This record gives sequence, C-alpha cells and structure tokens, in this order.
Amino acid sequence: MLNNLIFVNITRFFLLILVQVFILNHINLFGYVNPYLYILFIIIYPFTANKSLLIFSSFLLGLFVDVFSDSGGIHAAASVFIAFIRPVILKYSFGISYEYNTIKISSKDYLKQMIYVGSMVFLHHFILFALEIFNINHFLLFLNSVLFSSIFSIVIILCTITLFSKK
Amino acid sequence: MQQILYFFIRNKNFLLFILLFSFSVFLTIQTHSYHKNKFINSSNYISGSIYSIKSSITSYFSLKKENTILLEENTRIRKKLESYKNKITNYNIDTAFIYSKYYFSYAKVINNSFSKTKNKLTINKGINDSLKIDMGVVTSKGIVGIIDNISKKYATVQSILNTNSQINAKLKNSKHFGSLIWNTVDPNIVQLIDIPRLAPVKIGDTITTGGKSTIFPEGILIGEVKDFTLTQDKNSKYLNIKLFNDMTNLEHIHIITNLDANEIINLEKETRDVK
Repeated sequence: MLNNLIFVNITRFFLLILVQVFILNHINLFGYVNPYLYILFIIIYPFTANKSLLIFSSFLLGLFVDVFSDSGGIHAAASVFIAFIRPVILKYSFGISYEYNTIKISSKDYLKQMIYVGSMVFLHHFILFALEIFNINHFLLFLNSVLFSSIFSIVIILCTITLFSKK
Repeated sequence: MQQILYFFIRNKNFLLFILLFSFSVFLTIQTHSYHKNKFINSSNYISGSIYSIKSSITSYFSLKKENTILLEENTRIRKKLESYKNKITNYNIDTAFIYSKYYFSYAKVINNSFSKTKNKLTINKGINDSLKIDMGVVTSKGIVGIIDNISKKYATVQSILNTNSQINAKLKNSKHFGSLIWNTVDPNIVQLIDIPRLAPVKIGDTITTGGKSTIFPEGILIGEVKDFTLTQDKNSKYLNIKLFNDMTNLEHIHIITNLDANEIINLEKETRDVK
C-alpha cells in the first residue's frame, strides 16, 4: 500500500512535468496565457505525508520545469513557497481537522475544494509572475498574467481532479 | 547544544523552505543579467536531447511550409547571383577564394518561447559545431537573437523578444541608428529607440541591423516601421517595428560567425587598457 503510494506520486511527478513542458507551455492563449498544471502534484500530495519531503520534491518539480522553459528559478521558487504554505491553506479551507481525516481531495465538497485550489494557484502565480516580470514598468502585464493564468490553471486543475477521481 | 539541535529539528521545514527559496531566487536573479546562468538552462544534455526528440516528431507537420520558405529563399538568392554575374564579366572565379568576414552555418530550432518577458530559443547545435557565445542568429527573413548559453550539442539563444535584448539597428534609407528593444506586448512588434528627432521616418520604412557590433553584419533585415511617436523629452523618436520574421513560428535558422570578431574585440580591449 505504502509502496504503491510512493510509486503513484513519482509517476505523477514526471507525468505532470512532461505534460507541462510539451503541451501546456505552448498553448499561449491570447498570446501570453498558459495554464500551469504541474502544481497539481503539490495540491494533491497526501495531506498527512512528510512535509519536508514535499518541500524538497516541489523544489525539484519547479526546477525541472525551469530547466525546460529557460526561466532561471521562478517555478522552483513559486513551488517551494506554496509547498511550505500548504498546511496553512489546508487549515483555512478545510477546517482545523484536516490532518486527522485522510479523505482524498476529490471527495471533499466543491466549495472548499475550490477555495483550496484557488488560493494555492493564485499564490503560486503571484510569486511566479512577480519573479518573471521583475519590473514595475510592466505592472499591468503582471496583473493580467496573474489573473488570466490563474483562471485558466484553476479550471484545468479542477477538471483534472474531477476527471481522475475514483468514484 | 541540545537547544540548538532542537531548534533546527523543530524548524526544519522553515529552514528548508528558506534555503530552497533563496536558492531559486538567486538562480532567477542570475538569469536577469545577460549570459550568467551557467547550469539551469535548456542547452544541457538531458533537456536538449528530450527537446530534439520532440522536435524531430513535430517538424513533420510543418514540412510543406518550410519547403516553400526554402524555395522562396533559393529563388531570391538565385536572382541575386544572376545580377552579380552580369556585373562581373569573368565570373568563373573559384568561390573558395572570395573573402568574406562572415561565415554562415545552419541549425534547427528545437524549442521556442515568445509569451514570456524573457524569451529564449534552444537550437540543436553547440560547441561540437564550433558555435560560441555571442554569435548572431537569423532566418532568411530577418534576425532572431544572440547565442547566450552553450553546451556540447545544444545552445540557447536570447531572442529579440527579451527585455534584456538590445541590438543595434538602423533605418535602411537614412543610416540613422538606434537600439532595438521589446516592450513585451506583441511578439510581432518590437521597438526602435534613440533615433534622432531629425531623422526622416516614414511608415513602411525598412529597418536593418546597423553593423556597429561584432555580432551581426550590416544590413540584415529586421522589419518595417508600423508607427512612430516623439519621446517625452522631444529629442528622439520611438518607433514600433513590425518584424518580417514570424517569431512564433521558427524552424530553420542560420548562425553568423564573424571571423574577425576576436581581432576587433582584442583591439578594443587594448585601446581601453591603454586609457
């Protein structure tokens, strides 16, 4: 059971990187909007599992995406940040008792799920684009990118969760 | 001692986070300065070979279009050749002895980005094909960028669609020159700044490279003037340039080697050192 869980997570890790790098990085809706599905790994990482491991694997996840998209360390920084902040967001979207029930995210009710995914994605994109654009002159571009990419990512992530949840 | 140890164990997540986060920010800041980022870029072995596998599959879809582009270029070059033949009566010279400062080689784009603010391309040639950092990259239609990182078999190119990019360019008719930059809005429109106020500019004028650097020879096409305005201090003009190249759709590119680059750079360095 435990080995199976590790295997599933490792497969998911690499699968998400490949999908992100080869398909989603090239969508460019309206010229600049790309969804970032790879953070799904951090979002659905088992709630009770080791937190240090999550932070470290998020760093690797982001770094892999960075290597492929020539962006320095922006994905790594944003991923590490949401991996670290995840317990706080979990607590505030699912209530204090999330750690004791090992229910999967797909079976929680939709509103809570959306708040959780939404805040994770938004924080990630905020850090991501802040580091990428890094220039106060392009502030409007920054807001645009964060807003539209967040919406796009949230939709895709929620769809993926629903699609792959075992009923 | 135990206290310190406990402190580390208690805050291990936070410390790990701070460590990794600052490392990533460090990597990011490094990429903001021109070709300093040595290890995290797609010219490395793993991502390079994965990208070339991907490109060997996807390139089949655009074969037809690429063929037409190559044919068009052939026709253009053939026409040029004919006009030279007419000028030179004895045209049977051995082309190996025609001296040219520039040497052209070709490569294939295996990864291209244009939707970020600092866009890069990855190409399938590297040190083994005697490429070096700071060589110019063009297509048959116009300029693409400058090589900024290199590995044995791959290289990354800083695209002109990159806020760090600044390339010397001039108006083809009047020889006034300025710097080519990008304001991140549209991947087909770049900006030419520092053109003097007195320079005559008309919409539709051709912009070419200026030849004031060792990277690009003079007269490589860039684009045409879409519109222009005076800057706020009324001293220079700000031109929007529509690129001849479709930067969103690049496949075959040429790399320009300036055979005199070392000589020029050394000379300039010596002059600086004397001061």
